[in-house]
Amino acid sequence: MKHLRNAGYILGLPVLLVLVWWSSTLGAVNFFVPKPADLVETFGEVWFGDRFFSDVLPSLARLVVGVSVAILIGVVGGILIGSIRWLRALLEPTLEFFRAIPPPVLVPVLMLLMGITDSMKVMVIISGCVWPVLLNTIEGVRAVDPVLSDSAHTYGISGRARIRYLVLPSASPQIMAGVRQSLSLGLILMVISEMFASSSGLGFTIVQFQRSFAIPEMWSGIVVLGLLGVAMSFIFQWAERNILRWYHGQKEVENAA
Amino acid sequence: MQPDPIQGNTEATLSVRGLKKVYQTDGGDVEAVRNLTFDLRSGELACLVGPSGSGKTTLLKCISGLMAPTEGEVLLDGKPVTGPPKKMAVVFQEYGRSLFPWMRVRDNVELPLKNQGVPKAERDRLVDGALEAVGLSNVPRSYPWQLSGGMQQRVAIARAIAYQPEVLLMDEPFAAVDAQTRADLEDLIRVVWKKLGVTILFVTHDIDESVYLGERVIILSSSPTVIQEDIRIDLPEDRDQLNTRSLPRFTELRHHVYEQIQLAKKGHRPAAASSGEETQLKGQHAG
Repeated sequence: MKHLRNAGYILGLPVLLVLVWWSSTLGAVNFFVPKPADLVETFGEVWFGDRFFSDVLPSLARLVVGVSVAILIGVVGGILIGSIRWLRALLEPTLEFFRAIPPPVLVPVLMLLMGITDSMKVMVIISGCVWPVLLNTIEGVRAVDPVLSDSAHTYGISGRARIRYLVLPSASPQIMAGVRQSLSLGLILMVISEMFASSSGLGFTIVQFQRSFAIPEMWSGIVVLGLLGVAMSFIFQWAERNILRWYHGQKEVENAA
Repeated sequence: MQPDPIQGNTEATLSVRGLKKVYQTDGGDVEAVRNLTFDLRSGELACLVGPSGSGKTTLLKCISGLMAPTEGEVLLDGKPVTGPPKKMAVVFQEYGRSLFPWMRVRDNVELPLKNQGVPKAERDRLVDGALEAVGLSNVPRSYPWQLSGGMQQRVAIARAIAYQPEVLLMDEPFAAVDAQTRADLEDLIRVVWKKLGVTILFVTHDIDESVYLGERVIILSSSPTVIQEDIRIDLPEDRDQLNTRSLPRFTELRHHVYEQIQLAKKGHRPAAASSGEETQLKGQHAG
């Protein structure tokens, strides 16, 4: 019964939307508006085949590599900048400047510097996704509870052990908030980097379809992006629930009191 | 008549010598602790009691090596304390903020030992023993925040015990738990102290607690802090909440400490400290 209700909540709105869409496109429609049945048919034709390997997988690989490297740089850099006062004083104003630059404007520059390569696209994703993680990690590291820090200190927990047992877990709620922002940014930047110049990938394929007036195909590509976003969000939520179990539990106890 | 505790410092485990702490703030210097000197003998249980704002926490931070004193020094087994010493453990008032919320109870108690590289078997023995001693053998898999305040403080005490310190510092550890839990925890401290023979410095603002717990009570003056009085508590070794607290001697001691605290609040300072102040003032004029 409970599962049924949950399923109802998850699928209710999508089913309703498709129904509205289906009923309003029963008659003759604008050439650019797709019909649900056509779209489903096209979707299968377009994406369950070679394209999956030639476009979806390369895009996914760039996204995964880009976001992972961005998270790694963000967390390591954030811990360093957050823990070392002079480094923070030195870097923070400059970081604000770089952070303010919208990453898409870097695409042509990076294209000239690095050529039209996979590393260029990964670079675009990193250059955008690193900021939310980096800045959130800095804040998280700075917000380590002073009493907890004293406790660790009196028990001789310092250096690498301090990072591992105190700083990293303590900053993890903020780090995860940064990661969440990075994931959605990453998807956007992946598409943008492939739209500018590419010979494969989701962004490239969707632009190709647009230019050749393959309208249902283009729509099916947009659906793929949407599904990708949903999948990423589910994976993130699952990971967050596991990593921050203690945090949510503690909050629940505090709110109940 | 028992020997004066200050004189009996033949084998001092912990020595505080002329400790002074001045905080530098934007609004000028704040003198939190002026001049403190006392010794703790090995195995002693001493309570440090003083009016609020008398620099108790500052003193404890200096002793535990978390903060460097402006003047004077702290010696542990004759060696100056410059950072948190290995033979010392601290239990803080804020139990909710001194345990790692992302670790289970057992991992919290085990972490300092693991960090020191104590072998697994030895670690297990110490952790089990410590959890047993504080009456928490049944909750090792819980997270601290799943426990009541009193139980969380027990975890913190277990962590301190497992660390096998020579000196255990406690900074108003029971100030934030309810009265009944507090009574239980006070008895727990007496039991642990007797069983392990550890030296305990117990900071509190609760006069009853200091007399009930301590073998000795060090009364601090108001800020800038000096020692107002250092008295021996000649109550029987075995104490219990009902009988000890109704002894005439308990009432006398409590009365005396209370009086001294009241004097301290009014700004009364012991003769020695006042004369010290005068010389210091002269010194400042000369300089």
